[in-house]
Amino acid sequence: MPKARQAQVASIIPFSWVDGPGNRFVLFFQGCNFNCLACHNPHTIPLHTRRANEMSVQEVLIEIRSAMPYVSGITVSGGEATVQHEFVLELFKEIKKRSEFEHLTTMIDSNGNAPQEIWELLDPYTDGVMLDLKALVDASHIELTGSSNTVVLESIKYLDSINKLYEVRLLMVPGHNDSDEELITTSLWLKKVNPNMKIKINAFKTHGVRASAREWPEVNESDLVRYHSIID
Amino acid sequence: MTSLQDIRAVVSDPKFTYRQRILALAQLAENLLDPPAVRIQCSDALTIRIICDMYEGNSPYRPRYLLPDYKKVLVNGSSFLEIPPAKDLDDALAFLLIIYSSTPSITGYPVYFGDLDSLLLPYIEGVTDEELYSKLKRFWICLDRMFPDAFAHTNLSPVYNRVSKIILKLERELLQVVPNISLKVDPVLTSDEYILDAVKTVFECGKPHFINDVMMKSDLGENYAAVSCYNSLKIGGGAHTLVRINLKAAVEAGCGGVESFFESTLPYYLDLTAELMESRILYLVEESHFFESNWLVTEGLLDLNKFSAMFGIFGLAEAVDILMQQEGVEGTYGHSIVADDLGYRMTSFIAEWVAKRTMPYCDGNDGFAFLHSQSGIDLDIGVTAGTRIPIGTEPPLIAHLKTVARHHHLFQSGISDVLSFDETAVANPQAVVDVIRGAFKSGMRDFTFNLDSNDFIRITGYLVRKSDLAKMPAARHGSTFLGAGSVADSHVDQRNVKRVTSAESSPSPSS
Repeated sequence: MPKARQAQVASIIPFSWVDGPGNRFVLFFQGCNFNCLACHNPHTIPLHTRRANEMSVQEVLIEIRSAMPYVSGITVSGGEATVQHEFVLELFKEIKKRSEFEHLTTMIDSNGNAPQEIWELLDPYTDGVMLDLKALVDASHIELTGSSNTVVLESIKYLDSINKLYEVRLLMVPGHNDSDEELITTSLWLKKVNPNMKIKINAFKTHGVRASAREWPEVNESDLVRYHSIID
Repeated sequence: MTSLQDIRAVVSDPKFTYRQRILALAQLAENLLDPPAVRIQCSDALTIRIICDMYEGNSPYRPRYLLPDYKKVLVNGSSFLEIPPAKDLDDALAFLLIIYSSTPSITGYPVYFGDLDSLLLPYIEGVTDEELYSKLKRFWICLDRMFPDAFAHTNLSPVYNRVSKIILKLERELLQVVPNISLKVDPVLTSDEYILDAVKTVFECGKPHFINDVMMKSDLGENYAAVSCYNSLKIGGGAHTLVRINLKAAVEAGCGGVESFFESTLPYYLDLTAELMESRILYLVEESHFFESNWLVTEGLLDLNKFSAMFGIFGLAEAVDILMQQEGVEGTYGHSIVADDLGYRMTSFIAEWVAKRTMPYCDGNDGFAFLHSQSGIDLDIGVTAGTRIPIGTEPPLIAHLKTVARHHHLFQSGISDVLSFDETAVANPQAVVDVIRGAFKSGMRDFTFNLDSNDFIRITGYLVRKSDLAKMPAARHGSTFLGAGSVADSHVDQRNVKRVTSAESSPSPSS
């Protein structure tokens, strides 16, 4: 027998109230293809680390079963879930084909840095994607993540076109991507893709970030009011 | 035994209202009589409080909890109260207040107001939403002002309707202590929309509780209700008395070790608990003449055949932890499979025992008492309510639910666990709906949660307002005094708050 596919898993949370609709089981993959200075969990960025656990799909299903009656779905997050898209595909297929899991929705929390072919593979087994947009202006994006946002913007358009974009989350970092001008442009761009786009603000906090971002100012109450006055 | 000094103290106590003084004086008078006779072993166990009669009083002259069938009197009228059948909503609301004022219970106030939505639905045809709202609002204020006791309880039926919708809206607006509320949840009949509305109401005022309608009906029949704090009983009946055993104290009184506890100590004290219960029931039914004379019985709102009594337990957590220590095994209740299994062995043993011990005048449960996980009183210090996990040591939510849920099917007359959630819940109320539905799927009977940040604090099953505690020593609701004792002694304000969050997302307002 071939060895079952193994995932690099950073951690599992049986109940989460902040990773999509309802009470959700969340699998955090190890490994990310961005290198964000503002990342809250920088230890999940490298793909291979001794802190990660190897898990098979069957092992993950056992964990899901123990939380089953209480959750309305599963969210895969990271790290970056799409880096291990073969595993996500296998896991979601299992969930969708077994009647014991029929009430569970499957969602992906992603940085958006995945080509359309991956979304096409995942589409039949995925109920929705929550996607982060770190910055619309590419220079800001490169500064914050180390990479261009071209693929992310394509992902937003594609996922919206197939009705799988649950929400876009804007990480707001004061002084880096939160000028009125940049926020207005971002809002207009997103609403052009879909006038009813669900947009969520994620406020930058220094908790957990690496030394280079620790001195950055956090988002305060008046910033939040300003963001919402532009976005809403 | 009551002394003249006790009486003088009540008569001149400035922190009591007039009505609170009358109730206290009545109890002192009752306690001038000798309690119903029991063997010396039984009265000794009572004196040192291994078994406990809940300080119900020496001479039971009314059942502890009674659940009149109010529908009957609205339909038929009452000759005792000289009221005709209710013709319309105004009649129904006024007559109910009249009936409540003639409904006794252990607290001196009714512990059950009826399933108010189903009681009132037949009278709202042709009444606009605005009229219904203003009439119910006036009625709701009457309930809190006329029956100022947090144990006074109403139930809402599983199907969302005009009345229940307005009741929840009023709850969010009025922020009253009274009435306590339970929502009967059916997995199919109760919509997500209804539970969401109720969950959002809890965010504001700590009410309602959620109860597993399917499980309750299979144990108690179609006509049941939850009254006081988590006491589920038959409508038209009730509980003569509630006597409870302190499992922690029972373990401490034994000679040590798990096997000797199950073989001798536990059966010995269960037997004394039953004896105390039996003597109180016999006194109530045969000596006090309540069931021959009270209008609720003579007019058919209550039926002795629907009554039983409640056999309560508490202090399971400490009992388990002490036995684990005695056996030299690591682990505590709520944090170890071995400890949790021992706890379940204990509750199962007690359930089997109670289901074999016949009890007089308990035809409401085929001649047996109902098992009850007792949620505590203000005098309990260092002993955890019922089968709960000790306050401050509660594990994460999923482990918490799994530890306690397995006990729920054993306790037909109620069991409770209070979960404390933080503001994360407010941004995602559907998550709370999921947890409630999951809890009932997993066999939980009663589900209560509090939001850490509102003005209400749930003591055992009843509510007090933090702002009222600050106003002590005087308070309009008698139950506030009990609550103050519990906050000071049992730290019920220090429950471990469940922050069900992820490692990744930062808390943020949803847009």
